[in-house]
Amino acid sequence: MTWALPLPVVIPLIAAALCTAGDHVLPRRLGDAIGVVGAAGAFAFSLVILVASEEHTRLTWFGGWTPRGHAAIGIAFVADPLGAGVAALATGLALASMLYSWSFLRHAARPYDSLMLLFGGAMAGFALAGDIFNMFVWFELMGVAAYALAGFEIKHVGPIQGAINFAVSNTVGAYMILTGIALLYARTGALNLAQIGHSLAGHKPDGLVIVALTLLVCGFLIKAAIAPFHLWLADAHAVAPAPVCALFSGVMVVIGLLGVTRCYWTVFDASLAPQAHDVRAVLVALGIFTAVLGAVMAFLQRHLKRLLAYSTISHMGIALVAIALLDEKSLGGAASLLLAHGLLKASLFLCCGILLVRFDAIDELRLHGKGRALPLVGLMFGLGAIALAGVPYVGTYLGHAQIDEGATLDGIDWVQPLLMIAAGVSSAAILRAGARIFLGWGPARDPLLSPEPPESAPERSASMPALLAVTGTLLVLGLVVSVAPGLGQRIEQAAGRARDRIAYVDRVLRDHERPAPPRPPVAVEPTTTDSVLYGIGGTLIAVGLALAGLYRRRLPELVRAPLRSALGPPLQVLRLAHSGVVGDYVAWITVGTAVVGGLWALLLRG
Amino acid sequence: MSFLPYAVAAWVCLVGLYGIVTSRNLIHLALCLTVMQSSTYLLLLAIGYVKGGGPPIFKGVKLGTTSVDPVVQALTLTDIVVSVTVIALILALALDVHKQAGTVDPDEVREMSG
Amino acid sequence: MTRRVRIGIFLPALAGLAALLVWAYTGIPAFGDYQGPYGFVVTKLATPLRHMDNAVNSVTYDIRGIDTMGEEFILFGAVIGVVLLLRGEEGRTEDVHDDTGSDLVRVFGTLAIGAVVLVGLWVVAFGFVTPGGGFQGGVAVASGALLLYLAAGYREWAAFGNESILDPIKGIGGGGYAVIGLAALVGGMPFLTNFFHGGVTGSVFSGGSAAFVNWSAGIEVAAALVILFSEFLEEYIVPLAKGS
Repeated sequence: MTWALPLPVVIPLIAAALCTAGDHVLPRRLGDAIGVVGAAGAFAFSLVILVASEEHTRLTWFGGWTPRGHAAIGIAFVADPLGAGVAALATGLALASMLYSWSFLRHAARPYDSLMLLFGGAMAGFALAGDIFNMFVWFELMGVAAYALAGFEIKHVGPIQGAINFAVSNTVGAYMILTGIALLYARTGALNLAQIGHSLAGHKPDGLVIVALTLLVCGFLIKAAIAPFHLWLADAHAVAPAPVCALFSGVMVVIGLLGVTRCYWTVFDASLAPQAHDVRAVLVALGIFTAVLGAVMAFLQRHLKRLLAYSTISHMGIALVAIALLDEKSLGGAASLLLAHGLLKASLFLCCGILLVRFDAIDELRLHGKGRALPLVGLMFGLGAIALAGVPYVGTYLGHAQIDEGATLDGIDWVQPLLMIAAGVSSAAILRAGARIFLGWGPARDPLLSPEPPESAPERSASMPALLAVTGTLLVLGLVVSVAPGLGQRIEQAAGRARDRIAYVDRVLRDHERPAPPRPPVAVEPTTTDSVLYGIGGTLIAVGLALAGLYRRRLPELVRAPLRSALGPPLQVLRLAHSGVVGDYVAWITVGTAVVGGLWALLLRG
Repeated sequence: MSFLPYAVAAWVCLVGLYGIVTSRNLIHLALCLTVMQSSTYLLLLAIGYVKGGGPPIFKGVKLGTTSVDPVVQALTLTDIVVSVTVIALILALALDVHKQAGTVDPDEVREMSG
Repeated sequence: MTRRVRIGIFLPALAGLAALLVWAYTGIPAFGDYQGPYGFVVTKLATPLRHMDNAVNSVTYDIRGIDTMGEEFILFGAVIGVVLLLRGEEGRTEDVHDDTGSDLVRVFGTLAIGAVVLVGLWVVAFGFVTPGGGFQGGVAVASGALLLYLAAGYREWAAFGNESILDPIKGIGGGGYAVIGLAALVGGMPFLTNFFHGGVTGSVFSGGSAAFVNWSAGIEVAAALVILFSEFLEEYIVPLAKGS
């Protein structure tokens, strides 16, 4: 069964090569079909690997280079349920995007298919890799494909600027990751995750380890769009075609968080476990900052894709808080949240694509009321938005509930209200946009919202049923995450295994297999009353704030004037910071890295 | 003396980063990224150096002779290819900006804000 | 944000980052005192097991072959990306007047093309024996192709740098790498295992199936770089043609 491990990566890559090689030879639709078959094959095998990994972590050493005397020489793919799950999400969303693009971008240049396949395959490779430099290689492949896909609409300056901001920010992140890798190699002489962790175990962290942690974490957090490293994401989303955005928000940012999780639990936990609370403190702070910032910025947007992008940033912040709590339940909660969010956000972006095709606009104000002609899309949009707010037993609720439990067990009770507010505010923005577009509510002019360059549809005659089918499927899958029997327990078990460094090292370096864990029951676990209350609270905030956003003119001036003077200047500062200029972005990345590194230097030293 | 290669690697990295942040020309920015990348090559190769070691090529040389670490050299090779490809993309984007906006100054193109 | 504000927040951060880097680098073993096991295990194993002289290439194409495969596809993807980003520059390029003026350049350049391409191919072929290998040789071959433009002018280059020849070559090179890896898989071995390794150390035939991936890499790199040169040259030539 281990022969299948490379396939979710190799199949899309070969398909991409075939697409390009046959570009001038094969008919257009045949090339597209090869692409879809490649993506489907990758998805099928990643599901097989996921199921197999539940029993035992699957392992393959490329080239047959198994470890010699406890030193890992070759590169391994290590499929534990968490990694296999992310690989399945990546290949699944890639397949959905390609099916959507079959209609949406019918006349796209052939390179588009190849790039999508490379993108999906690289993400699967990153999720399955057990070697830190190999992770870097897949990270870069992902990046290269993504930069080109973001700059797809080369006829306008906006997309090009977005692609440049994206490329430069993420490349700086990649160099930071590489420096971190070099530092770890200097200390341990190894590139295999398990072996690095094994070598660092028990030693107190010194400058090298702390700075390696900083560089690796900050590099991955750039990809995960955590503030202040997040500035590139909204630009990239604003300009990339809708199916590409679905991949960006659905799984690419998740890869960044997976990088942090994997590196921490296999490498750094070894020497930092006694001081875990210091590591946690800094990351929780970053997560909360990001969650709130993303939610607020989302509310200030009228460009639908930018709005959704900031909502993604907010949810990544919530997930980072959960991961940073460093316990099993919260990590499971983060995974559940990201699964539901990925599916729902992807379907929301695909809805935007449909709007673009029908009305040739992507601006909330320009689309005012036009969506009444598309009630089905409106329904999907509204459901997606509400599910992201955390309505009990829908969508992201499972994740929130698990995070609540985890935080309570850790005694960090003040986190849940903040996360509820963040989820509520970002969903409020989506609901407001949905109400304005599909119900025609609210005024057609709103000075609060930032104007953005217009976008025009790539195709004028896309097949609606096909687009609706893909969008609807993703939406339904996202909605049922919270009630899928047995899913929550399995995700928690996956999280537990991802945290177990000793078992990981045993499996990878010594080929010892732990006995299979007991299979969790196939039932929906009940959640606590607190979680239900938080879910309802988030929904109320979402609906209430959406209405306030639409109808705030009707509030008495007595209420509006102090709000305006209190909120005005901070919002102005926020807008100035999100300037669209790449030099500013890299400056903020440097500031963030220096602050995080400085804090950890003070807290973790000695 | 033995810290010099690492000091140079750090210096090159910081200079490249400074160049990126203060750049007024996208071509210059792409080259500053290359400079930052070069610092990682320096770091890797310096880490792998073995005093008195020869190159890791064993033609005509007895097995077991001390040689420098070949792994970092392979990593550097991968690193160089990765850097070339990203720079190519950014240069292509710079050309596109010039075609659409008539300028290559990143500060002047402000379509994405807020 | 104005530049002043940007630099104002950036410089202290840069100083902080500098301090962190220096602090980290003091933890690295002294220069020349490489200790880690990875390098030593490789140099003691590479030649006996795989009959290769060039330890670096044994790492690149055999021990860490999957890294190189990923890297191949990065190059592949970036070239596709550049083609995508620079598409649409249609123009009549037949009338461009950029022929080489000097006879000496023309003659010498033409002679040099053969020499450079041969050296490039030699570097690829002997990759496991002497320093070199697919990437280095591929770049040399591509620069030999570029000499064609320098020596002869755009018209000759255009006939050579034609996309319909190069795309398949690039695809075959990149795909070939993965397919060779799959062949091992089909044979029941882990992906990218070096089958029929052995051979006589120090000869062209050492390296086993890693030699095939070496050639794949070389072919792909050469094709990819020639496409890159083509794209960027087109950006220069077409406005020139329009202007003249």
